Amino acid sequence: MAGEAPAPHTRRKRMSDSARVPPRVPNVSSERRLVEIRREAENTGKVAAKGVRPSGAPFPIASPETGYYGIPLLKEPAWTWQIPLYFFVGGASAAAGVVGAIGSYTGADRKLVRDARWIAASGCVLSPPLLIADLGRPTRFLNMLRVFKPQSAMSMGVWTLVGFSGGAAAAAFAQFMTDRYGTSFPVRVIEQAGQAASLLFGLPFSNYTGVLIGATAVPAWNENAADLPILFGMSGLSAAVGLLELMGNHKSRALGALGLGAALFECWEGLKIEVQQKPVLKPLKHGASGTLTRAAGLLSGPLPAALRLMSLFSGSGNKSSLRKAAAVSSVAGSLLTRMAWIYAGHVSARDWRIPLGIKSQE
Amino acid sequence: MAITAFLTDSTLCIGCKACEVACKEWNHVAEDGLEWSGFSYDNTGSVGSQTWRHVKFVEQSPEPGFGGNAPEMNSWSFSSDVCKHCENAGCLEACPTGAIVRTEFGGVFVQPDICNGCGYCVVSCPFGVVERNEDDGRAFKCTFCYDRQKVGLKPACAKACPTESIKFGEIEELRHHAKERVAQLESRGMKDVQFYNAGDTSVGGTHAMFILRGDPRQYNLPPKPEVPTVYLRKAWRSSAVGALMLLGGAVVAFLADGNGRR
Repeated sequence: MAGEAPAPHTRRKRMSDSARVPPRVPNVSSERRLVEIRREAENTGKVAAKGVRPSGAPFPIASPETGYYGIPLLKEPAWTWQIPLYFFVGGASAAAGVVGAIGSYTGADRKLVRDARWIAASGCVLSPPLLIADLGRPTRFLNMLRVFKPQSAMSMGVWTLVGFSGGAAAAAFAQFMTDRYGTSFPVRVIEQAGQAASLLFGLPFSNYTGVLIGATAVPAWNENAADLPILFGMSGLSAAVGLLELMGNHKSRALGALGLGAALFECWEGLKIEVQQKPVLKPLKHGASGTLTRAAGLLSGPLPAALRLMSLFSGSGNKSSLRKAAAVSSVAGSLLTRMAWIYAGHVSARDWRIPLGIKSQE
Repeated sequence: MAITAFLTDSTLCIGCKACEVACKEWNHVAEDGLEWSGFSYDNTGSVGSQTWRHVKFVEQSPEPGFGGNAPEMNSWSFSSDVCKHCENAGCLEACPTGAIVRTEFGGVFVQPDICNGCGYCVVSCPFGVVERNEDDGRAFKCTFCYDRQKVGLKPACAKACPTESIKFGEIEELRHHAKERVAQLESRGMKDVQFYNAGDTSVGGTHAMFILRGDPRQYNLPPKPEVPTVYLRKAWRSSAVGALMLLGGAVVAFLADGNGRR
């Protein structure tokens, strides 16, 4: 029986690459060498001849233990770097939209509400270009809006993005008009409508990306389908709170409480993954993707939680710097969390054993 | 319109790859790279955006009698893989543009004039079939020769298959035929023959069915494929809980903060 199958070969090349492959014309010497290699393989079970990949020996075999030569069954996500960035931007802006709306309804500090509206609106300016840039056919982005499909998380996500963008843009526009020209009845109508829409669409928009990757065939993602939406939602909240604090709202006790709550929740989620010993969770714990996931978890959970707890018991001088350090950590952690999960999805899709139900030999 | 299907009988496949060639010729699918894999005579690896039919070469240790080989020879079996055209198709459910549709013949078809290359079908296929072509930008897979079926022709691969390993026809007839064929092979002493159509999973059966010898896993066929929509319920429940946590947390935090006044 063959041991570990060799690394899956990279086939699907771009056309330009395959055009560069030198022609392989068999001749007498190459045929003679082939015969020698075959003889060696037959006698020793492996080939050590120069130019032959030793990792290919002994000859690979397809079997219930080695699958189909260890060629991955699933396809890796085709998404580019824009997608994790979009997850981060969208999540932070949605949470900011919700925080801004609730802050406004409860009569919170005006600066906090104004900053939250600007974050939400900036996110809506950045999100569609990121989403469109990732498409294979960007000019066909609007095809997303020709159907409304509840069973497709991406369709639902696009519609919430549209709703949230409208609301956040209206709220920010009303804010601008109020700041510049003073308030008036039409501006107040736009403000209230925009704010209500930001809240209504912001809630699902803050965490739908967890549903988006949770309901896929990628094992490391669908294994966590029940956790990813909450995790991504809380990660978005951390980022929104961090950004608001960095914009000068670091004295708000409400933000401090929200930041601490989100950080503590991320500690809990990280712990949950760390204690489970399932092979499907390996990409989240081992290798480069595991390191990234753990670093992201550290920056999102324990580190800001500790800094925020310390800030509660320290003098006013240290308080601000501790809160700001926690804010930077949360924002970085939120971005890294999305990158890490997408990366882990790639690694998971390459693992041919999981979808075939084959236990690792290690 | 009759609901159609493929039945690929690997016990009849001779690994000639005529199906691959016929498919590429009819559908104008580009070549998929010139690389020696070292995996038997399979230098393609899997179906993908530029490979809609793919012959698998399952090469194993010598096993007397398997596949009619001499005892000292490696045993070989071949099987022509293709899009499964699932009854509950993950790609179709996931497609946010409606580009992927169910045809009147029961197949799953990506409309090339609608697809915007979002890539969501790629991660939604439990069989790893559909793939985004990075040169073109759109997602591609077997069309079930929708154009040929429309005018009453067999798909190109089934037409080209010289041993009738690839059978095409009405799905119920083929299911019946498969049952008879499995019984026939078993009566000849092939005790490891099985029928594969993922019928007992959430995929709910496929329109590309297979007769295999041995474990489906060695053909890179998952023993228990799941259509990803089965995860939607718990994911959206989690989303609702997350939304409530965000909403409730914000309300409580701002109210407890004395209306947020510093």
